[in-house]
Amino acid sequence: MRNYDSIRHVKGESYFIDDLRIPEGTLYGYVYYSPIAHGKILEIDFSKALQSKGVAGVYSAKDIPGENQIGGIILDENLFADEEVHFIGHPIAVVVADTYLHAKEASKKINAIYEKLKPVLDPREAAEKNLLIIPPRKFELGNVDKSWSECDYIVEGKTDSGGQEHLYLETQGALANITENGGIKISSATQGPTNVQRMISRVLGLPMSKIEVDVQRLGGGFGGKEDQATAWACMAALAAYKLKKPVKIVLNRQDDIRITGKRHPYSSDFKIGLSKEGKILAYEATFYQNAGAVADLSPAILDRTLFHATNSYFVPNVRATALSCKTNLVPFTAFRGFGGPQGIFVFESAIYKAAQVMNIEPAEIQKANLLIEGDEFSFGQKTYQCQAEKTFSQMESDFELEKIQQEINSFNDSNKLVKKGAAVIPICFGISFTTTFLNQASALVHIYTDGSINISTAAVEMGQGVNAKLKHIAAKTLNVDEARIKIESTNTSRVSNTSPTAASKGTDLNGFAVIAACNILIERLQKVAAAELGQDDFTKITFKNEKVFDEGEPTNLTFKDLVNKAYMKRISLTAQAFHSTPDINFDTKTNKGKPFAYHVYGAGIVEVTVDCLRGTYEVDAIKVIHDFGESFHKVIDQGQAEGGIVQGIGWMTSEELSWNSDGRLITDALSTYKVPDIHAMPKEMKIEFLKDSPNDFGPLRSKAVGEPPFLYGIGVYFALMNAMRAFNPNIEVKFDSPLTPEKVLLTLYGTDVGKGL
Amino acid sequence: MIEFILNNKHITADLPPTTVLLDFIRRESQLTGTKEGCREGDCGACTVILGSLDKSKLNYKSINSCLMPLADVHGKHVVTIEGISPQTNNPDELSPIQQAMVEEGGTQCGFCTPGFVVSTTNYFLNETKPEVSGAINSLGGNICRCTGYAGIIRAVEKSIEAYNKSEKKSNNYKRLIEARFIPEYFLEIPKRLKLIKKQQTKKKQAEFLVGGGTDLYVQRWEELVQTESQFVSNKNVSSEIKIEKGKIVLGGAATIQQILESKIFKKYFPSLASQLELFGSLPIRNRATVAGNIVNASPIGDLSNILLSLDASVHLAGKSKRVVPLRKFYLGYKTLTKKKAEIIEKISFAIPPKHFFFNFEKISKRTYLDIASVNTSIALVAKNGKIESAGISAGGVAPIPLYLTKTCEALVNKEIKTDLLKSVVQVAAEEISPISDARGSAEYKRLLLRQLIYSHFILLFPEKINVEELL
Repeated sequence: MRNYDSIRHVKGESYFIDDLRIPEGTLYGYVYYSPIAHGKILEIDFSKALQSKGVAGVYSAKDIPGENQIGGIILDENLFADEEVHFIGHPIAVVVADTYLHAKEASKKINAIYEKLKPVLDPREAAEKNLLIIPPRKFELGNVDKSWSECDYIVEGKTDSGGQEHLYLETQGALANITENGGIKISSATQGPTNVQRMISRVLGLPMSKIEVDVQRLGGGFGGKEDQATAWACMAALAAYKLKKPVKIVLNRQDDIRITGKRHPYSSDFKIGLSKEGKILAYEATFYQNAGAVADLSPAILDRTLFHATNSYFVPNVRATALSCKTNLVPFTAFRGFGGPQGIFVFESAIYKAAQVMNIEPAEIQKANLLIEGDEFSFGQKTYQCQAEKTFSQMESDFELEKIQQEINSFNDSNKLVKKGAAVIPICFGISFTTTFLNQASALVHIYTDGSINISTAAVEMGQGVNAKLKHIAAKTLNVDEARIKIESTNTSRVSNTSPTAASKGTDLNGFAVIAACNILIERLQKVAAAELGQDDFTKITFKNEKVFDEGEPTNLTFKDLVNKAYMKRISLTAQAFHSTPDINFDTKTNKGKPFAYHVYGAGIVEVTVDCLRGTYEVDAIKVIHDFGESFHKVIDQGQAEGGIVQGIGWMTSEELSWNSDGRLITDALSTYKVPDIHAMPKEMKIEFLKDSPNDFGPLRSKAVGEPPFLYGIGVYFALMNAMRAFNPNIEVKFDSPLTPEKVLLTLYGTDVGKGL
Repeated sequence: MIEFILNNKHITADLPPTTVLLDFIRRESQLTGTKEGCREGDCGACTVILGSLDKSKLNYKSINSCLMPLADVHGKHVVTIEGISPQTNNPDELSPIQQAMVEEGGTQCGFCTPGFVVSTTNYFLNETKPEVSGAINSLGGNICRCTGYAGIIRAVEKSIEAYNKSEKKSNNYKRLIEARFIPEYFLEIPKRLKLIKKQQTKKKQAEFLVGGGTDLYVQRWEELVQTESQFVSNKNVSSEIKIEKGKIVLGGAATIQQILESKIFKKYFPSLASQLELFGSLPIRNRATVAGNIVNASPIGDLSNILLSLDASVHLAGKSKRVVPLRKFYLGYKTLTKKKAEIIEKISFAIPPKHFFFNFEKISKRTYLDIASVNTSIALVAKNGKIESAGISAGGVAPIPLYLTKTCEALVNKEIKTDLLKSVVQVAAEEISPISDARGSAEYKRLLLRQLIYSHFILLFPEKINVEELL
């Protein structure tokens, strides 16, 4: 199975936004943004910038012909700050010039006077001041208040998990041009082409039909281009519209890190109650989500925190409350896992602390509470084809969990300064947009007279391999060679009203739409073949390996012949089809329903080594049993799992976002924000595909793969904690990720030692 | 005029010599396989291979094209991803490395991929006995944010298999060509490079003197491309590492990678090579110079830290020549005793005597390709457990690369034992003034320096130190 995107990638022939051959006279936009976290714009003067070398125009809020509004879920996000600025990086204007450097030079000549206001940076402080994006959300099951009295152990605690910069290697960008009907044609690096189309239409006051958005591929998205690619596209479109010239905006790396949203930092409180046998009887949690300055996707992310608040465990009594707190930081946004990892980190921390109090291994609690078939989640859905116990027990036996623990113990007995630790992490992740209406997609399939095939869908390729997967699905459905098929760019003029490629749902939704479109074409071709072969019942015609069969017997007809015959008989060789996920619903008033088509399960074990003299560490191994359903592209699926895991490890270890008290991000470059490099890879990584897990709700019985493996990375935190406790059993166990070498050392020796020196 | 060969094409460029090579490749030549990821040499998406003639021998090394002035490619061969791919009419034909990347899932979104392929190809250009660990080290400067390193490592293993299966030839380039790792045109490159005449440079007033550019182009590329500059490569600055009159002498233009590979350093500082792998990445080490690391005056410079412990001397050349001890070179944050017109010609320090002990420690958030939170070097002469002389430096704990004068005084003429260490770290603590920043809080840096001083002694004198008593 050849992956044609991969072939272009390894030859450097794939085009990303900045690689597109640009029309003559293309101008460059540079975004001018707020240097303060909170304040009023008292005065702003663009005159010097306008006179600067090469400048074609400077556009701000007052130049917008339509609405200055790009909020998706809530209308609270202006394209350009108007009277007030709410975070460092809040766009105020776009400067357009003949070169990038001229535009940037000119932006330095913009004169603005601000009245500084005190920024709020901490989500708990925001909650206290009632600065909430939406009213608090609450999921409940059973009766928590009554169940505390039945618990033998009640453990409470606080956790913090840091944000995460996407650091997609391709920065945000768009290339806009004007069309002859006064509309806009734009290439945008977005996961949500329709969202870009809708917002440009709103900003320019044009019908959506006049805006064409085209997406070839993204150099990484991870959620960071679901909602946040829109602003730059709108600015490029606005400038192109005003100047009637092509305009390109590509953010430089530092600006991209400074001014675009990231994974939400969370601060949370938990209370967990257990029986002395280790059964979890009750769980209560409050999540303070740091939403940043505007809503963006925060409300939907907040909900997913609640959907995954109990990870892959059954808890009969749950009360989980979540607050989306408005602060003066960048609008935090979608990032692989979409709030799920944040919720799961809290639950795993609760288990860890409970195990410490009960003086047992966390794995005992984990194992005793895994979901089984028919268990109910706090939002009312019941598990179906549940694989929690199966993956867990297979993990224990295949990877010899006991042996690993023994080896670690004997290593620790004979080493003073270097300690090892292990931790187990089961995962469970629901598949579907929890905003039910988004679970729709359509596909457009053209067969040309030479037998070559073009497929357009709503799916955006960003490294997850959706193009290769859709091609495989189509080839399998049509029974033709994959070489016939080309997956087209994602384009709003070919496929309308697209949902963003997100929620790990790209292949599921668009794959089913492709199957439906191919089936329409097959039926037409069957009819043509039946007529040709004198067969009365067209359903007796079948296709295999490009050949036509009649009642199971091979005929002389090939796929290519048949296509030609269909054309000569004036039969349409184009089909469009639509798919929506059946049987899902969610009532946001009662917070009950069946939001997910299915769940993905898995279990993993993580092993680490900590240098307790220096506070540094390595991940020795991570081994998982993962539920891929029936995988039909193992190379891609394995890559998604491996990549997701290492990204999760990064979130838990070296990826630290730090802001100063003014709200300025101080880790705003690759030199200070450290994502995993090749040396940070676990020395051993094993991805085992769970056997016999057909999925009734995925194309070719597969399961979605993008987000769930990210969750295994959470295990690293607890493995590190175990190694540290082997060095000093009396350390204060904090649940404060990422666990950087700094935090390791300060935890091992105490902050006072350094202060006392 | 700047002349060079870009892949298989002779280039004559009439552009400012400060032009960034990446921009030339992408904008002027429209070779968009080389990507811009960060413009600070921290992601490797822009990696290209630079071939230089040393006498008649052609050497290739990987560099970050985002930090490379056009001036420094004059007379050289620049190889981008387009120049590595098989030069045939079949768009799907791949080199064995490219093939392995496809088959093993070593590429996801594809943005970093050309950089990885280029770096891996460069590894094979320089290695006839390839090993996985060495190949991985050569990829230390390439970031894949899809974090698909597992697939990349499998592809590297497969590439090594393909190489090992190929037939040995009289020279490695011929072998690589026959095995389709590189196209045939590589064979003609030495001949073609010889035809390019040395650049004639006029003496101009210049704001900047560009060495390796690995920091200057990070901090100030926008100014650089609009300013007149001079280049160390056009001046007569030595890049030799040699022994002269009982001293080890480093030419100011010597690169970090040269030190790492130097036989002299391997002899006198056997542990240093692996520790210098923590300095930048291979493409950075290929360009970053000794003099650059010193004049940069970064409080967390790695080489300046090492040289401080060794009591190195800085040889300056201006209107006249003078020698300044490195320990007196730094006056304050980014302030030097050096006059603007002076340049560092060379650095020298005494050959380590008998009973010499040396160690370098560096801790950063990410082990590789990161800037230290704290680094420290120790150079001791100790006989029978008694310290005769001591040099300890510490980075990240003061506005300058710091020599711990009092700490060293407290060590001289003392017996090495646990108690001494406990008191010495208190002296060190009084000499430092760390601040909280992106690399850690002040209290962390204080604690960390203590730990690293402990670490020096635990490593060098394990039998003298009682670890349990210490911690």
